[in-house]
Amino acid sequence: MRQSLINEGALRRNRVIRRLGSVGLWLNPIFAYFFLWAPILILVLFSFNNSRSVASFTGFTLKWYSNILNNVMGAESAFSTEIMLNAFRNSLFVGTIATAISTVLGTMIALAMARGKFRGLRLLDGLLFLPVVIPEITQAISLAIFFKVVFDWAALISGERIFPGFHTIIAAHVTFNISYVAIVVRARLADMDPQLEEAANDLGANPWQAFWRVTFPLILPGVISGALLAFTLSLDDFVITFFTSGVGTSTLPVFVYGLLKLTVTPEVNAISTIMMVLSTILIGISLAMQGRNASRA
Amino acid sequence: MKKILLLLPVLLLLAPLSLAQDMEHEPWTCPEGYEGQTLSIFNWSTYIAEDTVPNFEEACGVTVNYDIYESNEAMLARIRQGNPGYDIVVPSGGTVQRMAEEMLLIPLDMAMIPNVANLIPDLLGAAYDPENTYSLPYQWGTVGVGYSTEVFPDGITSWNQVWEHDGPVAWLDDRQTMLGIAHLFLDNDPNTTDPDEINAARDYLLEKGGNVVTVAADDGQVLLERGDVDIAIEYNGDILQISWDCECDDYAYAIPEEGSNVWIDNLSIPVDAPNPELAMVFIDYILDAKVGADLTNYIWYASPNQASIESGFIDEEILNDPAIFPPPEQVANLFAIIDVGAEAEELINNAWDELLIFLGQ
Repeated sequence: MRQSLINEGALRRNRVIRRLGSVGLWLNPIFAYFFLWAPILILVLFSFNNSRSVASFTGFTLKWYSNILNNVMGAESAFSTEIMLNAFRNSLFVGTIATAISTVLGTMIALAMARGKFRGLRLLDGLLFLPVVIPEITQAISLAIFFKVVFDWAALISGERIFPGFHTIIAAHVTFNISYVAIVVRARLADMDPQLEEAANDLGANPWQAFWRVTFPLILPGVISGALLAFTLSLDDFVITFFTSGVGTSTLPVFVYGLLKLTVTPEVNAISTIMMVLSTILIGISLAMQGRNASRA
Repeated sequence: MKKILLLLPVLLLLAPLSLAQDMEHEPWTCPEGYEGQTLSIFNWSTYIAEDTVPNFEEACGVTVNYDIYESNEAMLARIRQGNPGYDIVVPSGGTVQRMAEEMLLIPLDMAMIPNVANLIPDLLGAAYDPENTYSLPYQWGTVGVGYSTEVFPDGITSWNQVWEHDGPVAWLDDRQTMLGIAHLFLDNDPNTTDPDEINAARDYLLEKGGNVVTVAADDGQVLLERGDVDIAIEYNGDILQISWDCECDDYAYAIPEEGSNVWIDNLSIPVDAPNPELAMVFIDYILDAKVGADLTNYIWYASPNQASIESGFIDEEILNDPAIFPPPEQVANLFAIIDVGAEAEELINNAWDELLIFLGQ
């Protein structure tokens, strides 16, 4: 009798908790996605705002996009739009080159660490994580000082002053991107069965052939993910770029930050939207590729 | 109407001049020998007209790199770690002094800048760069009082009206400006470093601060707009902003007759600039009457260029707005803030903190 009473109470509590839980389970992703997407949606919304102000939405317009388009096509060249577009081009340029270099280097490091056996492997492994772990500002300042010292020496030796520019930004981006690429590719390598490579070698493939015919296709999704991650980080980066950029090489984040004192115009919203659509397409492609690869394997 | 009446004498003075000069002005011409060179400019954001740079590129046959920054500190950070290659920077007054002390600026060669004669004499020789060795004014503005025209239908002409107002007032949380205003009443140098004078200024403000409801960090205009205060001591541009936003005559801006703080942004050439000669040519170009007027017509800050003002190239609407262009007789009463050094800065900080505590802030 007593036993059953307790059970009933526990049961009821249990049911309430479950019901709350199922509601919470629904609410959780809703809130998560809301927090993730609401600010971005507002940014997109205001890129269609007729007024320059971000305080109120006064009407729908495509004029900010057409301003950008006109500048790109050279039909019109407003100075303020032009410097923004220039920053956008710089971002894409830096991102592309830095991604290409860091993907190759990062993949090579990952392979060396997964396959190689040498003294100091553990230490090197730990060092690889350093750029991921240390604060960005620390890395930015150390890079800025490093470039200054190197350029000062170079000026002493050659008598020619070297200014920072794309080369310094790209070098800096490669520095932090390598770690991310290497980490992603290593994860993929860890999942890979090493016997596949050994089998290829047994069947007469030389190491070069074994890498290109067997290993590389298997880790390709990891390499692509790493590259996309690197590209995104490169596009996003503000702190390190700020400290290593030279004249006329401001990337979009550095440019937008420069606007803070005054107004962020809807043109900035428009170009951010374009940039976001671009990254979404890139991520879509990478997901599709990974999905295809997974289903084949 | 009030504004127009106030400015009538100025207008009358300027009218004949403008007619005369309009005819005479010849477009600025670039000295020879710069074709194919590059100039790199580092300026505040949205602080230049759309055609200023393209016209310069065309006139001189040069290429211009143009980057923007959002604060003096951001610019300073870039130049301090070794000039990455800029030829022109636009520091505010106190920053000019700091950069000059740290040897981050190079002296200007006035022989290459004949248009320096166009500048308003009262804006030259400011305390932060007494000989204009390193800097020439680019644009400028003031700190004054924004007030509700409903509460003050007859306007504000004196700081005493602010001190004695029976209603809520917001001060600006800018210690050197506020203490400087007190120094004006005490017949001290607004940038004094004397401990007794600084304390006297603190006591003066304490005595006059009975009606202060808030010491606002540069958002006094919002309080004024919301009706939380009747008077806000603020930068002219901020008061101008709320007048534009509401498209009404509910707010006005005035510089009290005793004087106030003037801020000046300046054209300077950072140390290790790759092309200082072309930078001087560019400064001369900016100081041209027409170019200077076009700048002001686009960015709506006051031009330091007397020739621009007299030429009639500046839109009447801007020229006649006392929130942008203070009447000339007031310009002489304005004081610029300088970098007073670490020791005096601490005295000022302490005095200000004590003041805030006693005001209940």
